[in-house]
Amino acid sequence: MAIKRKTLTRHGREGFKNIRRNGWMSFASMSAVAIMLFVVGAFAFLIVNTNHLIDTIENDVEIRAFFEHDVDASEQESVLEEVESHDSVENVVYRDRDEGLDVFMESMGSDGEVFENLREENPLNDALIIQATDPQMTAAVAEEVNAQSAIESVEYGESILGQLFTVTNYVRILGGALVIGLIFTSVFLISNTIKLTILSRKDEIQIMKLVGATNSFVRFPFFIEGALIGLIGAIIPIAGLTVGYSYLYSFMYDQVPFFTFVEPNPMIWQISGLLLLVSILVGIFGSQMSVRKFLKV
Amino acid sequence: MITMKRVRKTYPNGVQALNGMNIHIDKGEFVYVVGPSGAGKTTFIKLMIRELKPSEGLIQINGNNLGDLSDKQIPYLRRKIGVVFQDFKLFTKLSVYENIAFALEVIEEEPEQIKTKVMDVLDIVGLKSKARFNTSELSGGEKQRIAIARAIVNQPAILIADEPTGNLDPETAWSIMGTLEEINNRGTTIVMATHNSHIVNTLKKRVIAIENGKVVRDELGGSYGYQA
Ligand SMILES: Nc1ncnc2c1ncn2[C@@H]1O[C@H](COP(=O)(O)OP(=O)(O)O)[C@@H](O)[C@H]1O
Ligand SMILES: [Mg+2]
Repeated sequence: MAIKRKTLTRHGREGFKNIRRNGWMSFASMSAVAIMLFVVGAFAFLIVNTNHLIDTIENDVEIRAFFEHDVDASEQESVLEEVESHDSVENVVYRDRDEGLDVFMESMGSDGEVFENLREENPLNDALIIQATDPQMTAAVAEEVNAQSAIESVEYGESILGQLFTVTNYVRILGGALVIGLIFTSVFLISNTIKLTILSRKDEIQIMKLVGATNSFVRFPFFIEGALIGLIGAIIPIAGLTVGYSYLYSFMYDQVPFFTFVEPNPMIWQISGLLLLVSILVGIFGSQMSVRKFLKV
Repeated sequence: MITMKRVRKTYPNGVQALNGMNIHIDKGEFVYVVGPSGAGKTTFIKLMIRELKPSEGLIQINGNNLGDLSDKQIPYLRRKIGVVFQDFKLFTKLSVYENIAFALEVIEEEPEQIKTKVMDVLDIVGLKSKARFNTSELSGGEKQRIAIARAIVNQPAILIADEPTGNLDPETAWSIMGTLEEINNRGTTIVMATHNSHIVNTLKKRVIAIENGKVVRDELGGSYGYQA
């Protein structure tokens, strides 16, 4: 059965009015929403940035595969092609021993110049610099490349990597579980608060029913009211988190050069949108669950 | 129009409020339901609008067997019955106007019609000047008149009033009775539970007396029959 427009208008108006009429109760619900959203939002930012940090570290992981000294150029070429065609290899760069020396000298800074006289009798090996498609594949790729007879040895800092992956996997699982747990807790807390505001209106709902209101007629204004509580309750935490994060981002940008936070744009809008959506849904869910009990008149 | 057969109602606490009620009221009748406090008058009314379900027996309103109505159909039953509740059941946070308008919003009346109809019934009960008052600012008698106004605003086929003159001074009580008579003359069936012996004895109608949840007397143009 289609709802008539004037009835819809009426429900909307009532939803708004109810928030004012039940001033303190509405305020309590909105505060509960706001506090929970602050916590969930802060955690969301924390997790996004932890992930970002992990990605940054992971993506720096490269494999250096050194050729035997006696391997000629055409053989090196064929190894390069073979590695390039490997499924788990994202990117391969050939670096001959000259370049290798440059990189080494550069890494030594101004002291590096003394090594220039090594250039004639360069002890370094020609090498392949390999990045795996998935950082977690690094060890497997390194092992396969090492199995080639033309390769003397590979390096990729295996022990640190192993530990890093254990830690990062834990952080991800734990973080995800924490956010889900928090969302559940907040849904519970918020719907409880809203339930209290509606409990005080049990009589009101009873009267509506006794003068002939259908269940959906009673529900609709509460639906709007719940959505509004979610919407209004979300404004302050979203504004606070947005401003706070932008500030933190530029602070980190200026003060900590080796690691930057995830850029606020567009991440902040995505998280804000998500928080807003969750907030409105929780508001609606909370109010509808609470009304339900009193409709049996 | 209203029929009850062998109706019993036992409350969860074990009180037997109705004990084999048999009643038949025709369309257009005006009936007083009298009896001592605790006799079962309010319970009888609650059963008619399905605020309560009977423990046993048959109830028919407008040809509908209430036992056959689904929960979804109940609101439509209630819209055909105007009720003046003993405890008024007004929305305490709303204005007088909003309280009465609600009964029209429920039936999706046109907004302009709502305004006219609400002001009309407020005129009938003599409270037009208090339309914007909050119901919590009204006296008992005024609340009662608002409850009556709400009950009649969508011109129900049946008007049930639970002690509608209980809180009124004699003069207002009589003006309300005039209103009810007028509504009855337009064809509305009226069932009125009352303690007001003076009214029952003066404005003669059919009198149904209930005691211990049973009809003990039913006479046309009867008298109150109890010491007030
Ligand atoms: N909700 C209830 N729960 C238990 N007993 C009730 C309830 N309502 C009424 N009663 C009992 O049922 C009997 C009839 O009450 P009621 O119908 O209100 O009588 P009346 O309106 O004639 O005064 C009384 O004994 C009363 O105490
Ligand atoms: Mg009573």
